[in-house]
Amino acid sequence: MEYFTLFMGAVIVNNFVLTRFLGLCIFFGVSKSLDASIGMGMAVASILTASSALAWAAYNFVLVPFDLKFLTLPVFVILIAGFVQFLEIVIKRFAPALYNMWGIYLVLIATNCVVLGVPLINVESNFTFIKSIVNAFGSGVGFALAIVLMASLREKLQYADVPKSLQGLGIAFIIAGMLALSFLGFSGMIPM
Amino acid sequence: MNYWAIFKKGIFEQNPIFRLALSLCPALAVTSNVFSALGMGMAVMFVITSNNVIVSIVRRWVNPKVRVPVFITIIATIVTLTQLLLEAFLPALYKELGIYLALIVVFAIILARAEVFAMKNGIVPSFFDGLGMGAGFALAMLAVGTIREVFGTGAFLGIPVLPASYNGPLILILAPGAFMVIGLMIGMFNVIGQWQDKRAEEKQKANQLTVQRGEA
Repeated sequence: MEYFTLFMGAVIVNNFVLTRFLGLCIFFGVSKSLDASIGMGMAVASILTASSALAWAAYNFVLVPFDLKFLTLPVFVILIAGFVQFLEIVIKRFAPALYNMWGIYLVLIATNCVVLGVPLINVESNFTFIKSIVNAFGSGVGFALAIVLMASLREKLQYADVPKSLQGLGIAFIIAGMLALSFLGFSGMIPM
Repeated sequence: MNYWAIFKKGIFEQNPIFRLALSLCPALAVTSNVFSALGMGMAVMFVITSNNVIVSIVRRWVNPKVRVPVFITIIATIVTLTQLLLEAFLPALYKELGIYLALIVVFAIILARAEVFAMKNGIVPSFFDGLGMGAGFALAMLAVGTIREVFGTGAFLGIPVLPASYNGPLILILAPGAFMVIGLMIGMFNVIGQWQDKRAEEKQKANQLTVQRGEA
């Protein structure tokens, strides 16, 4: 039950994009088409889970025992960027079909606020290994949900008559604001 | 190129937030009050300027193939330094910024400036480029923070500036307000940009006309 609350909290209540404002570059950059946003959402969710596990291990087995906590940031950045690069090479070599579908997103998320933010939050909240994984997966699902919703809205928007100066990014932000408004309704549902 | 021009382009023409739409996360996350918005702006200004200077110093010895990891390591080091300094001297701000301070590491704008400018230019121009971009970022943060705090709560830096009877829309300091304020501000910047383009075009036309007259 505890894990379920944590998961739902990460997906809806503390939605990564709409209440914590992380990963906005991707959120606005890739949400122009529905297909791309589904691919991106899945890529983020899986990378996030894997890199959180890796970061947890590095923090608890290396940084804490050797009293190197002040190096958390450089270590996490290099670890995660390296891991994503490694994954890219492996997928390119063994699953070219998957690479054609996902490769571009992997490059985009190598250094991104979501992928770095979640491990940092896990460390700050002193989560256990399983809790870290659950939180990371939930955050990834929340990101996917937000980006897919946004892409569906933006596809409809193509037929709308938007004032010239607001076209593109301006109206995208206003729509995201409305989306955030609806997610605000969930706040307080699950105490964090 | 003169330094003033390098400095100035970061503030309006290539404003990181409103024109380039880079590094948006903090622009939304920590602008609900002026204090944290300005603190974040200053921190980013410091990081971007020192990163530009260091990159322009070491650029001769860095193999272009490994430049991105090198840049990221330099940025991560500077951000850690900033974190430790803020924690020691401004604990209130450190607490307010929380995780977003650490996330300065992955700001696209910092890496972009290192790659586009500092890698190709000397120390002094790189310093001014970083300072200008940082100032553009800080000013944008200040603008968003001011709008949200003044109209949302009727105060500026915690000091009431609007009459006590002012009952502002609370939504401005909540998450949805952040998105909407930035969206409208991007729209405003577009209007100004379009107006400037139009004026430049008219000027050009007028110039052409005088040239044609001269020829005739």
